[in-house]
Amino acid sequence: MATIRQLKRRIQSVKNTAKITNALQLVAASKMRRAQDRAEQSRPYAQKLRVVLAGLATQSSEDQDVARHPLLVSRPVSNIAVLHITPDRGLCGGLNANMNRSAGTFVAMQHEPVQVVAVGKKGRDFFVRAHVHLAAEFTDLGDYPSQADTLGITRLIIDDYLAEKVDRVYVSFPEFVSTATQRPTIRQLLPIEPPAAVEGEDEAQLADYIFEPSPDVVLAGLLPRYIEMQIYEAILQNAASFQSAQMVAMKNATDNAQDITRELTLTDYKARQEQITKELLDIVGGAAALEG
Amino acid sequence: MPLTVELVTAERVVRVEPGVDVLVVPGSEGQMAILPHHAALMTTLDPGELVMRRAGQEDAFAVTGGFLEVRNDRVTVLADAAEPFEEIDAARAEAARARAEERLRLYREGRAGDLDVARASAALQRSLMRLRIVQRRRRPGPPRV
Repeated sequence: MATIRQLKRRIQSVKNTAKITNALQLVAASKMRRAQDRAEQSRPYAQKLRVVLAGLATQSSEDQDVARHPLLVSRPVSNIAVLHITPDRGLCGGLNANMNRSAGTFVAMQHEPVQVVAVGKKGRDFFVRAHVHLAAEFTDLGDYPSQADTLGITRLIIDDYLAEKVDRVYVSFPEFVSTATQRPTIRQLLPIEPPAAVEGEDEAQLADYIFEPSPDVVLAGLLPRYIEMQIYEAILQNAASFQSAQMVAMKNATDNAQDITRELTLTDYKARQEQITKELLDIVGGAAALEG
Repeated sequence: MPLTVELVTAERVVRVEPGVDVLVVPGSEGQMAILPHHAALMTTLDPGELVMRRAGQEDAFAVTGGFLEVRNDRVTVLADAAEPFEEIDAARAEAARARAEERLRLYREGRAGDLDVARASAALQRSLMRLRIVQRRRRPGPPRV
């Protein structure tokens, strides 16, 4: 049984931890709102790009010349690249472990040689430990990565693909479903699978467009931007997922600390009461002895 | 019926403006003005100035390229980067111009080997475009055409 002094020390220590986790929780909550807001801001652009591309791709699938754009052509796969996007830091519950397990399993399942492009320290460290070939790493993108920060990544991916160093590219990132849920997601980036037409009307009317300079040129301009946008979106989702996972993890930690404090305080009271009772018994016993 | 113009980039919604009478954009085939009832159009954009005119008012933006779609009097501009001219950072544009020119100079003199010329000249073009807009708009003078 711990002494009262030990108990007091323990309570203070738990309370101090709770203060830190509470502060982290508040910081993460405000950063999460900003990160989500940024993801929100990029949505109109992404949506429009998808609709236009879906229309163009369905239209051009009949036109042999356009369909042969190198970013659309699927070729025999002998090398695979995985763009693995994770947070730089921990203290965010199971997020990093889940991400790495999902990507690790995926890599292990491939029959062709896989190289990994890691964005974020946690994913990089995982693949370094697993002895998987790292083609490149990008870390310290910050809490609010800008599109300019992600362009270098896109460039590397597209260059490697066009140089036929890799024949298929996947992106692995934590999809932000809600504050409580972040789902490890793996999607194919290259060759581009044109998004399915969203609304029938857009597709039908696209044939009537005037294209300047020509449909091929417009498509050739849109495709790299589509990749750019997908990577940027994944990185934004990663930022939002990290902040919300951290917020939830820190909230749980704060709650647990409060539970422990409550239990320890109770133990402390009991111990003190016991001591007082013992002292009283001694005094009463002593007095009785004197009288006797 | 006036045009509704949406100017968006991957990072943010720069401006949504209903009631635009004339939209002037830097098309890759040359500058063009878009009026209401324009036919459905899809075009690529070059770096340049985008102007929205409405009811005697004019808003100018610097755009570094992208795409433009017109359909049913709705215009969507998917810009690589765009900012209202009031937000243009002249000092930054000037610095970018100097840097790009320096790089191109080194390349011409054969002192820069592994240099991405296309990138440097694109950067030069962008910075010149921004500086031009700032010069034209901020100097008080006779009305522009």
